[in-house]
Amino acid sequence: MEAWQGLNAFHLNVLKEIGNIGAGNAATAMASMLNRRIGMTVPRAGVLPLAEITRLVGHEEDPVACVEFNLSGRAPGKIFLLLTRESAFYLVDFLLGKPPGTTGALDDMGISVLTEVGNILTGSFLNAFADFCRLEFIPSVPAFAFDMLGAVLSSAFLEGGYFADRALVIETQFYDAEVTIKGHFFLIPEGESLNIILEALGLGAGP
Amino acid sequence: MEELKVGIGAFWLYPQHHYHNEVEELKVGIGEWKIARPPQRLITLGLGSCVGIAFFDTRTSLGGLAHIMLPDSRQFQEITNRAKYADLAIPDMLEAMLKQGARRSSLVAKIAGGAQMFASADRRLLNLNIGQRNVEATVGVLKELGIPLLAQDTGGNYGRTMILDTGSGKVYIRAIGRPLKEI
Repeated sequence: MEAWQGLNAFHLNVLKEIGNIGAGNAATAMASMLNRRIGMTVPRAGVLPLAEITRLVGHEEDPVACVEFNLSGRAPGKIFLLLTRESAFYLVDFLLGKPPGTTGALDDMGISVLTEVGNILTGSFLNAFADFCRLEFIPSVPAFAFDMLGAVLSSAFLEGGYFADRALVIETQFYDAEVTIKGHFFLIPEGESLNIILEALGLGAGP
Repeated sequence: MEELKVGIGAFWLYPQHHYHNEVEELKVGIGEWKIARPPQRLITLGLGSCVGIAFFDTRTSLGGLAHIMLPDSRQFQEITNRAKYADLAIPDMLEAMLKQGARRSSLVAKIAGGAQMFASADRRLLNLNIGQRNVEATVGVLKELGIPLLAQDTGGNYGRTMILDTGSGKVYIRAIGRPLKEI
């Protein structure tokens, strides 16, 4: 948690820019997955405490899908992708070739589809991030949850053994002509990882 | 409806002179605890691996609700928010309730949460079920303090919202795709 305190506005801008690149890469992956043109915006990025992250995404009881990975390598941490229920169900419908609005609850097939979507999007996000930092991030197998935002978000932190309550959040929206898919990437560097990332970027550690 | 916002790291003692206004539900955030009296309800949203602890004094109807995140503060060097940890939040809330006139002998507890939200192939191998550890720590602290644990709705793999109605002392659990449940 303390590592965040050394960050200045310049560091944050750099992290946001890397987030942009990562999310752009993820949008490209989504475009080829859905076989249509996908645009992407990063409306917000920043380091936020847990309570504000919750507010950024929605209400504590909103159902969300979350695909989460532990990262190993020189800069260990975790990354997860949150999708709103509507966006998650839309993706399931689309990828299973069903008319939009068909999915009303998640079965094993739906969970499997979303886990794979998370795998692909997060993988391409990470690749861009890794290229930029010249660091290798090795993701674990994905873990999945679909439940209340508050429960999912806090547990994503705590169940991974990460006990601070701040994360680098990159709000990402994918859209095409018909639909906006709302997703959020969260990157949580553990321990010294943030400094290692900043050093790898030539920014040096904060004070 | 008046909403009382308390940031992470804070707690809120509901002032005596406000007992009779219109406030219905007091929201208890993650890593917080609050105290209330009838007709107020205390609510905490989206417990995952966290645990919610409801105290109710059957004589004075004073109620308290805590939302803890971690079992044991002693594993950490720097404690910035006591309300995050079972071993600190529960005694703190008890003390505050006793100061407000609760009787130790008529206090009872109910708890909820402590789920394991994420399913993955390798996660089960990690001996890191934080939800279960939160429940165990909470039960241990209650035993140490001598507060009877009347009911618990814990474990599983789903999120819970916990509501304490200080008017009746009843505790309700809300979860996605499940009927409202009284414990």
